[in-house]
Amino acid sequence: MTVQTERPPSGPVDVRKTDDEGPGRPTPRAASRAGALVPYLLLLPACVATVLLLGWPLLKDVLLSFQNLNMAQLIQHVTEWNGIDNYKEVLTGEDFWRVTLRSILFTAVNVALTMVLGALVGLLLARLGRRMRFTLMMGLVLAWAMPVVAATTVYQWLFAQRFGVVNWTLDKLGWHSMADYSWTSSQMSTFFVVTVLIVWMSVPFVAINLYAATTTIPSELYEAAALDGAGSWRSFTTVTLPFLRPFLYATTFLEIIWIFKAFVQVYTFNQGGPDRLTEILPVYAYIEGVGNQHYGMGAAIAVLTILILLGLTAYYLRIVLKQEEDEL
Amino acid sequence: MKRSLFGRLWPNVTAVVLFIGCVFPVYWMFATAFKPTGDIIAENPVWIPVDVTFEHFRTATEVEHFWTYVTNSLTVTVLAVAFSLIIALAGSFALARMRFKGRRGFIIGFMLAQMAPWEVMIIAMYMIVRDASMLNSLVPLTLFYTMMILPFTILTLRGFVAAVPKELEESAMVDGCTRVQAFRRIILPLLAPGLMSTSLFGFITAWNEFALVLVLNKEAEAKTLPLWLSSFQTQFGDDWGATMAASSLFAVPILILFVFLQRRAVSGLTAGAVKG
Repeated sequence: MTVQTERPPSGPVDVRKTDDEGPGRPTPRAASRAGALVPYLLLLPACVATVLLLGWPLLKDVLLSFQNLNMAQLIQHVTEWNGIDNYKEVLTGEDFWRVTLRSILFTAVNVALTMVLGALVGLLLARLGRRMRFTLMMGLVLAWAMPVVAATTVYQWLFAQRFGVVNWTLDKLGWHSMADYSWTSSQMSTFFVVTVLIVWMSVPFVAINLYAATTTIPSELYEAAALDGAGSWRSFTTVTLPFLRPFLYATTFLEIIWIFKAFVQVYTFNQGGPDRLTEILPVYAYIEGVGNQHYGMGAAIAVLTILILLGLTAYYLRIVLKQEEDEL
Repeated sequence: MKRSLFGRLWPNVTAVVLFIGCVFPVYWMFATAFKPTGDIIAENPVWIPVDVTFEHFRTATEVEHFWTYVTNSLTVTVLAVAFSLIIALAGSFALARMRFKGRRGFIIGFMLAQMAPWEVMIIAMYMIVRDASMLNSLVPLTLFYTMMILPFTILTLRGFVAAVPKELEESAMVDGCTRVQAFRRIILPLLAPGLMSTSLFGFITAWNEFALVLVLNKEAEAKTLPLWLSSFQTQFGDDWGATMAASSLFAVPILILFVFLQRRAVSGLTAGAVKG
């Protein structure tokens, strides 16, 4: 109460507040106290949903990871706590570390390819004439809009062992051993196709985004650079690149998240095969947990996966959180 | 600055190559779907479907339960988008227009929620749904899909609400509208484009969702289209015509939505995604 009387009456916030309540309310103070609750009431449904549908599964995941939960316990509905046994088993096993390393490499290669290609395509868009730019843009949007499951199926067909158009082309180009090549038969070839698919799907987002960013660069900057005698390469490194840096950071961050958990592409293309050699962490958690019915183990892998993802994105996350704090 | 012929040529040539690279898989999907089987399993690919046939579409849609899958997918997707829009509209209005303690905390919270690794949490979600005896039901799917798209919807709508000039609302209130009326008559109509582009994103996410429905709904009555599509190839062996017809049917709604809302969708999605 004292706070309110101490505040200067002409503060812009206060004026707005009394305006909002409108005239004719008997007790302005009580009304504004009730009014102060309004934003929380408006946010209440969203918060309830988040706690129940996101917070609860997260917590449940952590709880499950400390339980011995296999087929038997699942059927009998019993809860057997086993402390950190799941974590011990996962972390001392060779599999987990191999899959983690594979996941990180997979993410790194895909993100790097996507970002480099996406940035180049974005810069190309900026250089093109109007009609050509529109055409390429439509192509990019088409690839971008393609639903993941449909795209994966199409890539299975493109890379099909028999009658697949990729094998046919390679054969015609003189690489005859590829005529009947089975792309799902080895680890590297499976990853190759999945990588092509992911890069194909992810480049449009980066390119269009980056192109949009280049259009916001004030042309005075280029003029100034030209006056200072900068060539096209120099004006690129001194004007374009610094200007685009925040966009590059932001898109890299998003791509890391998206590609790291690329469950659908890897799983539907080859189910993590051959011989579980293309399992990345989300697929590994799924196959261990649901497929092999070691639910507790799967939950422990899931928790570790989330921690790894947080670790991979921590650097950028810190920047974003700080930025957001400054902005608000 | 005059550029050499080569300097003018290579960007266009590269663009054409890239365009083909982008479009070819989509084209090949449709082309295969319309080609007779003889042309699909030809020694040399038939690049342009000459004898158009709808046979593969018939095979794909005559699969048992096909229409159940369609109804399920539509129900779940539309409901999830509608719920999240309603919930988000209220929340984003508070975040964009009001000052209150903890506002920043809420925004950061939703930003983090947007990153939630759903694909990894399916075991926990399976346990929760099973303990509630709700396996093979559309209810948990709808609820989880709502949550998957909710953070993005709130954060994007916040931007759209903030972009509506405050003065419009204030003058409506001066003219005797209550705040709720001002919202309904002034802000809501102006929000239409924002609502469209955010719901497009939500639609895509829910329409595409695969990992959760794969684990939760094993019975045909409760499956959705992504499961139908992914099971196709194993079910039909090497019937690529039918598989591509199925893919086309699955992709067409999204492709149409995207092309129609292209402009808005792109700017909305990029703005929302980059700004968190």
